Amino acid sequence: MSLDMPKFSDLDALYSSDAKVATQMYEDPDLFKLEMDKIFRKTWVFVAHDSEFPDKGSFKLSTVGLEPVIVVRDRKGAIHVMVNRCRHRAATVCEVKKGKTSSFQCPYHGWGYGLDGSLRALPYPEQYGDDFNKDQHGLQRLRTESYNGMVFATFNEDIEPLVDFLGSEVCRYIDLFMKQGGGFPVTVLGEHQFTVPMNWKVQLENTTDAYHFPVVHKSFLQSLDGETNEIFQFLETGKGFVEDLGNGHSVMAMIPELIDLDDNLDAPIPERFTELAQELRDEGYPEDQVKKIVRAVGGAGFNLNLFPNVSFSLAFFRVLTPISVEQTDIRHMALGMEGGPAAANQMRLRLHEHFQGPMGFGSPDDAEVWERVQRGTKGGEDLPILVNRGLVDETPGTLGPRGHISAETGMRAAYKMWKRMMSQ
Amino acid sequence: MTEMSKIDTTGLLPQVTEFLWAEADLLDAKEYDRWLDLWQPEGFYTLPIGDTTDFANALNLCHDNDKMRRDRIERFRQGFSISSAPPAQTVRTVSRIVIEKAEGDVITIRSAEHVIEDKFGRQRVWAANMTHTLVATDSGFRIRAKVVRLLNSDGMLNSFSYLF
Repeated sequence: MSLDMPKFSDLDALYSSDAKVATQMYEDPDLFKLEMDKIFRKTWVFVAHDSEFPDKGSFKLSTVGLEPVIVVRDRKGAIHVMVNRCRHRAATVCEVKKGKTSSFQCPYHGWGYGLDGSLRALPYPEQYGDDFNKDQHGLQRLRTESYNGMVFATFNEDIEPLVDFLGSEVCRYIDLFMKQGGGFPVTVLGEHQFTVPMNWKVQLENTTDAYHFPVVHKSFLQSLDGETNEIFQFLETGKGFVEDLGNGHSVMAMIPELIDLDDNLDAPIPERFTELAQELRDEGYPEDQVKKIVRAVGGAGFNLNLFPNVSFSLAFFRVLTPISVEQTDIRHMALGMEGGPAAANQMRLRLHEHFQGPMGFGSPDDAEVWERVQRGTKGGEDLPILVNRGLVDETPGTLGPRGHISAETGMRAAYKMWKRMMSQ
Repeated sequence: MTEMSKIDTTGLLPQVTEFLWAEADLLDAKEYDRWLDLWQPEGFYTLPIGDTTDFANALNLCHDNDKMRRDRIERFRQGFSISSAPPAQTVRTVSRIVIEKAEGDVITIRSAEHVIEDKFGRQRVWAANMTHTLVATDSGFRIRAKVVRLLNSDGMLNSFSYLF
């Protein structure tokens, strides 16, 4: 690494062995470029959920790092992820965010591509000569794999299979997370999008930060009923934990009793869900299904944080897209039950709107403190950023250390992976 | 364009304009108690995403009933929300007012809203199409529904510490 960018030859100075992060990590544009190359072009990046492009010919636009891609399902149901760039003179071949099509045609000179990215036809091909090979002029394709509806893509042909990159514990938690379909498949109901003037790693840290919750989200907590407020007192009760799950991934279990939504289904239905439960009974759902659906509406009791760009956050997906060293786009994808009762999905939508997005009671306060981090790093260039909280009482977990619910164990997991990838 | 009804919309336009301007003035001044008084309790204040009209079954930026409106304003006011203490300052203009429909005592009005916000010495500009459903009462107009469609509602936004 020292050969291509000697400026960053000392990775220990950027992230030290005692868990201190250098200020440069948030604000050096050269480092950002290197991260896009060594991390976002080299590892599995989340691009879409199955339900966002459900049918043959359905597609959606996404990104892998800075690069615009199209995620599409072909006529046989296979998923393709391709760079959104015509092989002729680079124009994007699609600017519709989401839709259905049978092909992609470049608007500039009319080169036409199939759903798998292959070049099908171009106007007046004769001027390229007889040896022009269409097979070599398809859209650039990325390796694509998915796990339990989560679609990932990578530019790295040599990378390990997705399930190995995720690892056994992450897969187990993904399966647990998807139980909030309440017996129905999990589907994306919509998304909130906002951009924040911060480095992408500020967001990466936040998805595994329980310490900030009672401070930043006090005004959200005050808007809850007593019983629900109680559930969010996870720092007070200290029952939860944060665990390093390997390869930069981590889990933050704030409400351990809701890790497996099928557990304790006989527990009484919380006050805020009694009306919904009655509605479901009136619709004819049997009691065991009512309990299962109602339990699922509140979401899972943990955040599963995947390196480098997606988090399964209690009841929604949180996706980060780096834009520049000091700019990151955030998407909060609301989830529901495909084919489930409308009343349950409506409640999930209202709960999502309550906390998330540009007008939520939570996200704007998050966005404010993230921006304050970026503004604060303009001062005291030599001062370290501390992610050493909870090192003192970590214990061994299944695959990595496990710490107190407010420990920065998940951030250390991410930075360890960051360092590993940046050193290769 | 306007579905002419028994109501004389020529005389109505200055009245609804005065109401929308007064509402805009309250929102810029963050006089939220007086703004809440403009509402009929059953009304919804909605910022949808995209062009949906089925707000209940869609994800919106907000879809506030009476309780959520009050909770939202309480949150602005309590001083514990870092993004709204202090909030961005706003200056807004409401114009291009069209009376879409006037039936009985219910009037539907379309208008354009431009909001400029200022925080951290940085200004941002927002444009929206608004639809107000007003009810004429003995004590003046009341809002039965207000839908604010940001031009880029399905694009990348920022967080808002004020109302549209």
